[in-house]
Amino acid sequence: MARGGLLAEYRRAWVKLVRDPSSAIGMVILTALVLSAVLAPVLATHPQDVWDVHTAERLRPPSADHYFGTDRLGSDIYSRILFGARSTIFVAIVAIVASLAIGVPIGLIAGWSGGLLGNILMRFSDIFLAVPQIVLAIAIAQTFGPSIENVILALSATYWPWFTRLVYAEVRSLKNEIFIESLVGLGASTPRIVVLHVLPNVMSPIIIRSSIGMGFTILTAATLSFLGLGAQPPDPEWGRMISESREYLPFAWWYAAAPGIAIFLVVMGFNLLGDGLRDVLDPRLRRKVEK
Amino acid sequence: MTDNPVILDVAGLAKHFTLRGPFGRVRRVVRAIDGVSFQVRRGETLGIVGESGSGKSTIGKCLVGIHEPDAGDLLFNDSSLLGLARRDRRRVARQLQYVYQDPGASLDPRWKVGRLLEEPLVIHADHGAAERRELVRAILGAVKLPDAFLDRYPHELSGGQQRRVGLARILTLNPSLIILDEPTSGLDVSVQAAVINLFKEMKAAFDLTYIFISHDLSVVRILCDRVAVMYAGRIVEIGDVEQVFEDPRHPYTRMLLNAVPRIGRPGARREIGGAGDIPAGEEVAGAGCPFQPRCAERLPRCAVDEPLPENLADGRGVACHAVAAP
Repeated sequence: MARGGLLAEYRRAWVKLVRDPSSAIGMVILTALVLSAVLAPVLATHPQDVWDVHTAERLRPPSADHYFGTDRLGSDIYSRILFGARSTIFVAIVAIVASLAIGVPIGLIAGWSGGLLGNILMRFSDIFLAVPQIVLAIAIAQTFGPSIENVILALSATYWPWFTRLVYAEVRSLKNEIFIESLVGLGASTPRIVVLHVLPNVMSPIIIRSSIGMGFTILTAATLSFLGLGAQPPDPEWGRMISESREYLPFAWWYAAAPGIAIFLVVMGFNLLGDGLRDVLDPRLRRKVEK
Repeated sequence: MTDNPVILDVAGLAKHFTLRGPFGRVRRVVRAIDGVSFQVRRGETLGIVGESGSGKSTIGKCLVGIHEPDAGDLLFNDSSLLGLARRDRRRVARQLQYVYQDPGASLDPRWKVGRLLEEPLVIHADHGAAERRELVRAILGAVKLPDAFLDRYPHELSGGQQRRVGLARILTLNPSLIILDEPTSGLDVSVQAAVINLFKEMKAAFDLTYIFISHDLSVVRILCDRVAVMYAGRIVEIGDVEQVFEDPRHPYTRMLLNAVPRIGRPGARREIGGAGDIPAGEEVAGAGCPFQPRCAERLPRCAVDEPLPENLADGRGVACHAVAAP
């Protein structure tokens, strides 16, 4: 039985996470991502190359001066990747926080009230789920014009129903728990029960979903940029960089490889961390492991 | 005791659960309780016994507002509990509390005992924080748990300790009527005894009235002054514990008491009689006595005419044609 308060539980979870090889790898990757975003001006060998153009040095292969080679305008790809981490993190965090802000309250309300209101809210979120996410995101990005902000808008608008469904299902089953029912008997108000008792008890699945959602969001954001619906040049966006490299493949292989590997590593990092979090935070799975 | 004022008057209480199929079609209606009436006087302990599914817990949950009854009335200290505004309901709820069968499950697993005990006081907020902590400590002492427990989580407590915390949580509100739902099931006999003694002490110390829901007849006999026997959502016999246990009149009560195994009684294989299961509520609705399919003393009229509770000369109520008109 490893239940208890939120803080105690997360402290235990942290210890387990660090000891679990795959989630440790995930955390290392994500720490590297955050560090490269924060320290980009320091780590970059050619920080000015985000904007500067050196046509004389275009499409140089990787070398001691340009670790990942140069792109079609002669800019240092290594430096651009570092700065690209910033927009990647920015997009993922804002989109997930916005999805949480929309999806969790709707899930709580729908799950708690059930009945007609719950059904209306869930069918409403089903509408968003029924349309393939990438198609809806393309439609939104195209309607409002290509920009990072609209990518975030598209991602938030399409990802929140996942949180709604998750929270809805958890709340439905929690509502049958005796400690929730007893609060009704005790005279507790609905907001009190939902915010102070229900929400903390659905935190773990929300955190797991958020981590996996970050990876997913980054992938979709890169896809939209690749299609030209996201960041505009000269922004150093990873998906955008791969899109630019198409004309020079297979000759300039490094041009696509560097941002491709960066996207792959970051998405894998979030997925590994998400899986690790699921192992340590999800009590149902944990019980199975302990048996 | 019989001169004490009536604290709770339950009149014709009914609660039906509707099971719905797809598209809201009514699949069946279960009459969990159907026309239950009884009174509880201040300071007494009323036991409610019956098989699983007889509606015992549903009565308790209607009383504290977890279920909304479909018919009947609940008078608590002469004022009706039904149709109250939320705010009024909460004011009354302070005095009328429910202790769950599994108090461990009635405690939020993520909250420490100290915070759990303070919560009822926060809900019915009229104390300062310091005063709350003081009250919580006093109550924890009253249920004989050391202050160190304030920092523990429910899963760190034993079953008996969880029941103490569950009771303490209720007592902080200083209620006058407590409904105890199967409070001793799932405990070791020695822990059971301790918990029963705790209930008795708390009753004396806090001037409580209990409704004690249980299927453990021996515990009911120790703890209760009066007992109501339930069958299929109805009270079939209600009276003083001694009367009912020594001289059960309703055929179902007799069957129930016969089913209690007693150590030291030779020939443990006795005829319990009345084979068969408790009928689900909807099957018996309106068609005679709910017990008649299992009854050894059934009369022709039992199949068509549902017996209503009638008072016998000794003051108890029995709902049986064979008893009322021998």
